[in-house]
Amino acid sequence: MTLNTPAPLIEVDKLEAWYGKRRILNGVDFSVNQGEIRVIMGGSGSGKSTLLRHMLGLNRPVSGTVKLFGTDLATASDREKLEVRKRIGVSFQGGALLTSMTVGDNVALPLREHTTLDEQTIRIMSRIKLEVVNLGGFQDLMPSQLSGGMIKRAALARAIVMDPRLLFFDEPSAGLDPVVSAELDELILRLRDALRMTIVVVTHELESAFKIADTITVLDQGDVLMTGTTAEVRAADNERIQDLLNRRPREVQVDADEYLRRLVGDVA
Amino acid sequence: MNGIEQETIDGCAVIRLQGEVDLSWSQQVRDAVLAALGKNARVGVELSDVSYIDSSGIAALVEGFQHARSKGTGFALVAVSDAVRAVLELARLDRVFPIVATVQDVPATTSVPATKP
Repeated sequence: MTLNTPAPLIEVDKLEAWYGKRRILNGVDFSVNQGEIRVIMGGSGSGKSTLLRHMLGLNRPVSGTVKLFGTDLATASDREKLEVRKRIGVSFQGGALLTSMTVGDNVALPLREHTTLDEQTIRIMSRIKLEVVNLGGFQDLMPSQLSGGMIKRAALARAIVMDPRLLFFDEPSAGLDPVVSAELDELILRLRDALRMTIVVVTHELESAFKIADTITVLDQGDVLMTGTTAEVRAADNERIQDLLNRRPREVQVDADEYLRRLVGDVA
Repeated sequence: MNGIEQETIDGCAVIRLQGEVDLSWSQQVRDAVLAALGKNARVGVELSDVSYIDSSGIAALVEGFQHARSKGTGFALVAVSDAVRAVLELARLDRVFPIVATVQDVPATTSVPATKP
């Protein structure tokens, strides 16, 4: 390895995932380099959420490997997994704030769990992150007192409170008005530039995807259709990608035997 | 290479930080800033050689500035590198801290705005 080509922060190799008898990921290869903003784009059922869950170590691969910072999550010791977890931040789609805690305590939680910093420093660090997401002064409110957009921003503040090297952001724009959504896009770009974060965003929002991405991975029915720059994806000579970009519904393939089997079961 | 150097220039205590200020040693930075503020009437934190600062490092500077305000001690960030400025701007702290170009520009006192009635 030379100094010019550091190892990717994320390496996914031939990842397969099944839910029951349905195969969700068909041997996905995926890697993200340091400092990159990678958008994983795809419609519902594309497998993007499943890929995210594997990268967070929430699902175990049936076959294939997922490595973060060079650590294979399936074979890592608890201690190694903890080291990885300290270096990643996750902003879940629904926010996942703890409803029994104030916004400030929610944001400070990772610092209290993973560091031995004194309380004054923890307080300042978590309030700085509330300022970063435009929630300055909201630390004493309960999550139930926040709007959907505010919950999303508070969750982002918690995700970045440890200054993670790698940030995962699940559907940042979902359910937000266009102005708040544009603000979040802007913030994602600034986090990368100022704090040198590597950021993986999972989204089905095309406008947001093309605004923030350095590179886009297009997933469809468990396959990576392509990974490329925004320009390369726009210019892709691939019908499924163009359908996705032009919001054309995919034509549903009908296999008569399979269709009847689903409706009435196997005929004896 | 990370490090803290201290010297006195024209009656101003200068804390010069170098390298990447992060969780692994930001408490040292905090202690150095607070110690300098306890002993000197003017303190500048020189940041031209800081290539990265995380929010624990920023928190150390915030705490220092707040301490200076409570004592009226002169305090400023000096020769802030682009990397540090980007992090300050992210939280709009560039509009809160006194930021000066040279040690000579560090103010003699820090005035605290009058409390609102």
